[in-house]
Amino acid sequence: MMALAVDVSRFEGVPMAPPDPILGVSEAFKADKNDLKLNLGVGAYRTEELQPYVLNVVKKAETLMLEKGENKEYLPIEGLAAFNKATAELLFGADNPVLKQGRVATLQSLSGTGSLRLAAAFIQRYFPEAKVLISSPTWGNHKNIFNDARVPWSEYRYYDPKTVGLDFEGMIADIQAAPDGSFVLLHGCAHNPTGIDPTPEQWEKIADVIQEKKHMPFFDVAYQGFASGSLDEDASSVRLFVERGLEVFVAQSYSKNLGLYAERIGAINVVCSTPEVANRVKSQLKRLARPMYSNPPIHGARIVANVVGDPTMFGEWKQEMEEMAGRIKNVRQKLYDSLSAKDKSGKDWSFILRQIGMFSYTGLNKTQSDNMTDKWHIYMTKDGRISLAGLSLAKCEYLADAIIDSFHNGLGTAK
Amino acid sequence: MAMSSSLAAIRRRAVAPSPLAARARAMASLFGHVEPAPKDPILGVTEAFLADPSPDKVNVGVGAYRDDNGKPVVLDCVREAERRIAGNLNMEYLPMGGSIKMIEESLKLAYGEDSEFIKDKRIAAVQALSGTGACRLFADFQRRFLPDSQIYIPTPTWSNHHNIWRDAQVPQRTFTYYHPESRGLDFAGLMDDIKNAPNGSFFLLHACAHNPTGVDPTEEQWREISYQFKVKNHFPFFDMAYQGFASGDPERDARAIRIFLEDGHQIGCAQSYAKNMGLYGQRAGCLSILCEDEMQAVAVKSQLQQIARPMYSNPPVHGSLVVSIILNDPELKSLWLKEVKGMADRIIGMRKALRENLESLGSHLSWDHITNQIGMFCYSGMTPEQVDRLTNEYHIYMTRNGRISMAGVTTGNVAYLANAIHEVTKTK
Repeated sequence: MMALAVDVSRFEGVPMAPPDPILGVSEAFKADKNDLKLNLGVGAYRTEELQPYVLNVVKKAETLMLEKGENKEYLPIEGLAAFNKATAELLFGADNPVLKQGRVATLQSLSGTGSLRLAAAFIQRYFPEAKVLISSPTWGNHKNIFNDARVPWSEYRYYDPKTVGLDFEGMIADIQAAPDGSFVLLHGCAHNPTGIDPTPEQWEKIADVIQEKKHMPFFDVAYQGFASGSLDEDASSVRLFVERGLEVFVAQSYSKNLGLYAERIGAINVVCSTPEVANRVKSQLKRLARPMYSNPPIHGARIVANVVGDPTMFGEWKQEMEEMAGRIKNVRQKLYDSLSAKDKSGKDWSFILRQIGMFSYTGLNKTQSDNMTDKWHIYMTKDGRISLAGLSLAKCEYLADAIIDSFHNGLGTAK
Repeated sequence: MAMSSSLAAIRRRAVAPSPLAARARAMASLFGHVEPAPKDPILGVTEAFLADPSPDKVNVGVGAYRDDNGKPVVLDCVREAERRIAGNLNMEYLPMGGSIKMIEESLKLAYGEDSEFIKDKRIAAVQALSGTGACRLFADFQRRFLPDSQIYIPTPTWSNHHNIWRDAQVPQRTFTYYHPESRGLDFAGLMDDIKNAPNGSFFLLHACAHNPTGVDPTEEQWREISYQFKVKNHFPFFDMAYQGFASGDPERDARAIRIFLEDGHQIGCAQSYAKNMGLYGQRAGCLSILCEDEMQAVAVKSQLQQIARPMYSNPPVHGSLVVSIILNDPELKSLWLKEVKGMADRIIGMRKALRENLESLGSHLSWDHITNQIGMFCYSGMTPEQVDRLTNEYHIYMTRNGRISMAGVTTGNVAYLANAIHEVTKTK
């Protein structure tokens, strides 16, 4: 072996990083040889046959792109113009005055993560005293993003284990108690990991308290269209805040709703009070992006621009999205029906029907979740989250049996 | 407050315009203190070029390859790879470190097909967002695990290098590189700076086709540099953005890296497929770090992934598929090698033509450097004022440091370009 020139490696002190809690689940699932195994870990959509799904409209768009034979030149730092236009219109509504007035700074970025990170870097640079309030619980990577961007954060109450629903009073109280001018990270729809969303009335109240405290609303929209099946309905929380004339950050992702996971396509949007402000903000976001990746990847942006830009394909997309969201709603219903029929304890499982989107917080604790895996070969995250996108109608009864068993018989305090 | 009365208040609010809403519209922006950013020096050139209506305009600004008609090129091997991809594969997330296949092929290119380091699994490597992303991951890694380290950056260098290490909060120093008088390498100055830097310093080296000068050390000079690095225990980080694109031969372009490896250095390397495969907008690249052993490589890789996760989670798939398909298929790889040599040859041809044109115009200045320099860029030695004249009087666009992107020179515009350069420099 060729000897090193240095006596001791510089990297001697580099420890092994802990395994990713979510992706680690899939790895464990792969290693399991049992036929009954079920992967309810990662939030990636599966068909009823539990296969990955490439949307037909995406295949069409790619074929079209191949025929067009466009070049692969660098995009500008802010990304593909056609994509930026399409994504902002999709989010705010094509006729939204904020778009007509040129008040939105939109940058194509690396899916939801990349959009959040750009915004976080911007917050760190221009609002160094400010804190971000994140829901308890929230998507695991949110904390990593703000930590690495060196933006302090604290949590607001969100999930109420007693009701397996929203702790609305706690949420409002915590947002109220935070220092004025904090950033409040909100999930636009289909909260991850709980699946619990505020009602329209609750959104109004949340907007009220944010306004009073001069907080900055910061939306993470990873499931537009995927929650209710309607693009417009799923954007209503964002539009409500914008309608009030507030300045708002919104991170978008096309990973789930267009199935473009690995293409890393999303956007960061900042609604500003004037077009002049939007230009300045955009220029500084670009300045943060340049030393991160220079300019964003083109392929996913072209797919989105093609799909949204063509009325026929756009219609087909809406159709496919309704089907995906519809399938999830069906398994939710079937799971609830199975649980209600099989569980003789009288426990109310209806919280499952009140949740929305890809995930459901079952209310199982870590020990009970472990029982799900160890005894029933059902893979999920230890916080009790299951991905309904990985569930088929055929497996609902088996899952119900497992949940009932784990809830009642799994060791540890049941709630 | 009782829930019912507050709900009632909310319902009322939903019907009538909210006083709060009216107040919000009147409020001042929270972004009042955000200044407009200065224009990016390189990308701003292309913007200005696009805005110019003159039919004579020439863009020798951005380093993106153009064919002899001045058009962007998609390589045939890339088109074929894309045909095989389109509409077929699912788009599930890549693993956090990116495409294993793409990484394997990238390491073979950089470290050698039969590299023992690859066999011994001693290289921590992740797919990265082209060269920029690879450098940024390394800079962040430096900050996190080698917090006392700094980075020595050559003078001059690609401007974004400064941005990258600055945003990663790693202190930077510069080292002597370019010799303006000879338009070549200030080798003595370079060696002095290497010797004078504290032991164990980190150096950013351009593996080939230095950007922006086009000035590379000779093989003999690389050996001396490597030797001095050993004496000083310095860490070499190679930015290799032009492998294959410089000489036309990827193995030859990796020579500097191989010399350092032979001498037993632990290196880091950023690779990009933007130019040599024409995948610019796909953001395909690789970051690798040679470690002591397999276990350390696994640990380092896991930490690189940790840095990437809160930046973009996992890298984009499309470019990596193109790279893997091409490099894995002997026929496609052969085609690629042919095409990359074609691009390099065209540039070498244009260098020759530009120099010959200037000489036959009777310029008294020396233009040897045009053909001595290598790769996409030529550091002409022109002043910012001369560049401004080129732009204002001749509609020729380039960066104000006098850097000419040879990829933008064609048989159609080389005479015009030579004439303009001669005109603005002859009174010097």
